Amino acid sequence: MSTETHTHAEGSKHHGGPLIYTANLFALMFLTVITVAAASFNFGSANVVIALAIASVKAILVGLFFMHLLWDKPVNAIILIAGFLFLGIFLMFDFLDVTSRNNYLPRNMPNMDNATPAPDSMNPLKTPAPRPLDPASAKAEEPAPAKAEEHK
Amino acid sequence: MEPVVTSSARIGDRPRPKKNYLNETKGFKSWALTVDHKRIGIMYLIGTLFAFLLGGIFALLVRLTLLTPAHKLFGLQVTAETYNRFFTLHGAIMVFLFIIPSIPGSLTNFVLPLMLGAKDVAFPRLNLASFYLWIVGAVMAISSMIIGAVDTGWTFYTPYSTTTSGTVTLMTAAVFVLGFSSIFTGLNFIATVHKLRAPGMGWFDMPLFVWGMYSTAVIQVLATPVLGITLVLLMLERVFQIGIFDSRIGGDPVLFQHFFWFYSHPAVYIMILPGMAIISELIPTFSRKTIFGYRAIAYSSISLALVSFIVWGHHMFVAGQSQLATVVFSALTFLVAIPSGVKVFNWLCTMYQGNISLEAPMLYAISFLMLFAIGGLTGIFLGTLSTDVHLTDTYFVVAHFHYVMMGSTVTAFIGGLYYWWPKMTGRMYNEKWGRVTAVIWFIGFNATFLPQFILGSRGMPRRYYNYLDQFQPLHAFSTVGSWIIGLSLFMTAAVLLASLRKPADAPDNPWGGTTLEWQTSSPPITHNFEDQPVLEHEPYDYRPKAVAH
Amino acid sequence: MEQQFDTSKLGMWLFLVTEILLFGGLFVGFGLMQHRYPQQFIEAHEHLKQDVFGRPFPLYGAINTLVLLISSWTMVMGVNAAQTDQKKKTVRYLVLTILLACVFLGIKYVEYSHKFHDGLLPGIFYAHQSEDLIKGTHGYATFFAFYFMMTGLHGIHVLVGIGLLGWLVMRARRGDFSSEYYTPVDLVGLYWHIVDMIWIYLFPLYYLIS
Repeated sequence: MSTETHTHAEGSKHHGGPLIYTANLFALMFLTVITVAAASFNFGSANVVIALAIASVKAILVGLFFMHLLWDKPVNAIILIAGFLFLGIFLMFDFLDVTSRNNYLPRNMPNMDNATPAPDSMNPLKTPAPRPLDPASAKAEEPAPAKAEEHK
Repeated sequence: MEPVVTSSARIGDRPRPKKNYLNETKGFKSWALTVDHKRIGIMYLIGTLFAFLLGGIFALLVRLTLLTPAHKLFGLQVTAETYNRFFTLHGAIMVFLFIIPSIPGSLTNFVLPLMLGAKDVAFPRLNLASFYLWIVGAVMAISSMIIGAVDTGWTFYTPYSTTTSGTVTLMTAAVFVLGFSSIFTGLNFIATVHKLRAPGMGWFDMPLFVWGMYSTAVIQVLATPVLGITLVLLMLERVFQIGIFDSRIGGDPVLFQHFFWFYSHPAVYIMILPGMAIISELIPTFSRKTIFGYRAIAYSSISLALVSFIVWGHHMFVAGQSQLATVVFSALTFLVAIPSGVKVFNWLCTMYQGNISLEAPMLYAISFLMLFAIGGLTGIFLGTLSTDVHLTDTYFVVAHFHYVMMGSTVTAFIGGLYYWWPKMTGRMYNEKWGRVTAVIWFIGFNATFLPQFILGSRGMPRRYYNYLDQFQPLHAFSTVGSWIIGLSLFMTAAVLLASLRKPADAPDNPWGGTTLEWQTSSPPITHNFEDQPVLEHEPYDYRPKAVAH
Repeated sequence: MEQQFDTSKLGMWLFLVTEILLFGGLFVGFGLMQHRYPQQFIEAHEHLKQDVFGRPFPLYGAINTLVLLISSWTMVMGVNAAQTDQKKKTVRYLVLTILLACVFLGIKYVEYSHKFHDGLLPGIFYAHQSEDLIKGTHGYATFFAFYFMMTGLHGIHVLVGIGLLGWLVMRARRGDFSSEYYTPVDLVGLYWHIVDMIWIYLFPLYYLIS
């Protein structure tokens, strides 16, 4: 048992250490300066890509060194990567949908002004009132046979 | 006929321990504050079965309303709003309070550490916390029902869910809490499988039940947080109108569906994988034969879990998604059917030329194979765009998902309950009546849901409280089927509860199983094994003892 | 003991991945809404910048980024001190981390109060009226809804982190940690780094897009 505890404490002593951590901090601060500076230039649609790329490098540095992933068992890194991977899948498919939609009406859309009124969903068995063929005659409320006579 | 002997401990060899996990400590506190995975499993079992009962009552109300097109219930008129509440509550309770938590919380909690030869799960207190979160979620959900029922459907589609009155916020908060219960359970199982296996048990020496539950846990951990954030966004949209899901204030309703189904499709695999995991145990045991294609089943479990994350758009083919996305999702949906097919093939090959005995668990397992085949195949009908356009939002979909969720998962759950009942309680149930319940279940289930395929393909829409007269014979048939299901479940409860009146004298290994849970007493002692078990043989080794090392 | 340490770490990583997916959902929502209202989002972004030498510059955001990065450093130095049996240093670094976290929250408070003052609030509370952000146009209220949701949720996590760090300080002063047992320090450290990581992504998306 004592050899086990000795191993893990010893192992972590060999890894990391104030020097590496401080170097990492300076790298991260440097990258922050870079990313702020890069934002003042306009690369068009590459703006977001560059910003996220720099952010990802920072995240990887935090993960590898501050979070010890470089020296840990691989399973921990796999878990983190899996999280980002599935998040990426979510993002990718959603963007696929949203960017490929055709947000306009069909070209052969008929004029719907005079359409049959929608059935009453609360009384589906009740037949809707007959649609007047001529909107003007609807106001006169003529009986049906008269209408048929008029419009043959 | 030679008695089948397992390669380690003989049946009846060891003296029955006086103290087991059930009677070692007594009193309310010893259960309420327990960190024993077996006790937590029993509490989950009782809780989720009550949820099943509640959801089942709503199901019976739904089917009773649909007995005639006049939407009457015991002479009283059912309004559309009331009917909407019936199916919403049926769905929400069944999905969030029963199917998702039941097998992981009850059977897996009980059996998984035993199968691994471990004393408990990796984080026992987290296990108890998961259970209490379930309780809190259940109380919140039931309160929301009593205060002012939800009628949005269990899918909470916007913009209706963001604008309707009713206790949507409370219900979504309940589901949020239940989500975390699920996450913590999954987290626990992953850590347990990685770290607490018995000496000599590599990844490919584990029972396939563990592979199935591990895959389930992976989905639970990765997918459920997205449900969490979806519900938070829904609540914020409702309260603050932030403009993300409601098109009147600039949002996109299809975005809600993307968010919702990104979790909910993997969620249905959270529901089916535990069922498949149970079947992977039942079939070799009751065929007295090594599982055919161990690695194939193991790999197909994991791949099912992973591929389930890339098909969610098949719930949205007609929702307003782009055509390109629709086609992509349809193609990927065909892909996700493959691992399931691999499993069914392997299970059937296991049974082939096996020494099959038809005890109740096996009858449920065979039912599973038939019902899952139907459920899975009809999923392909729905994944195919040209047919889905006609079948979507009809009873065909309702029948499909009941065949997989109920015909498969619940069937497997009941089979597993019978199977591990002697281990959990120390009592053998009445085998003859157990078999009767299995047969009635199969008949009742098919009577209820097979007509619904026909109803759906002929145009009967889902979530409608009335219908055209021509659909009535099939609806009535389906309603009577639901009564038969109720009868079967009532009888199952009676059979299992009746067994508790007998003394606890079940053998350690009544079925001749080869996995480690059968090497300890029935019921197990509190710390599971007297001595740390060491794995001596391959999984599912049914070779006669003389041949085995 | 090593197995227990490994198991706890595994459990913590699993929990952290749920945090990534939780926040990730918000990132996806934000990204999609940005795609829907690109112009409005760009205009709204400008309001997250401050006037520095006459030009708009994400001062508060940048300072907060550096503050969190340094706090990540103090945190990992604290873990290192715990695992090398340096009790006083452990406490010192943990306290520093707490102080930096408080600075972060302080700057956030200043930012939020500016937003409140300008009426740049989510959803139905949106009350800003100016030449560039016209009330009633879709997009602005949504942007600020996401801004408050994401920075707010992040801020809550920072607050929880402060609580956890305080608990660690108490235990460290009691002498609970040593090279044989420093698991809680390590695990809270992992949590703190994830909080930092989330801000590393938040910062460019909110403060640097133009």
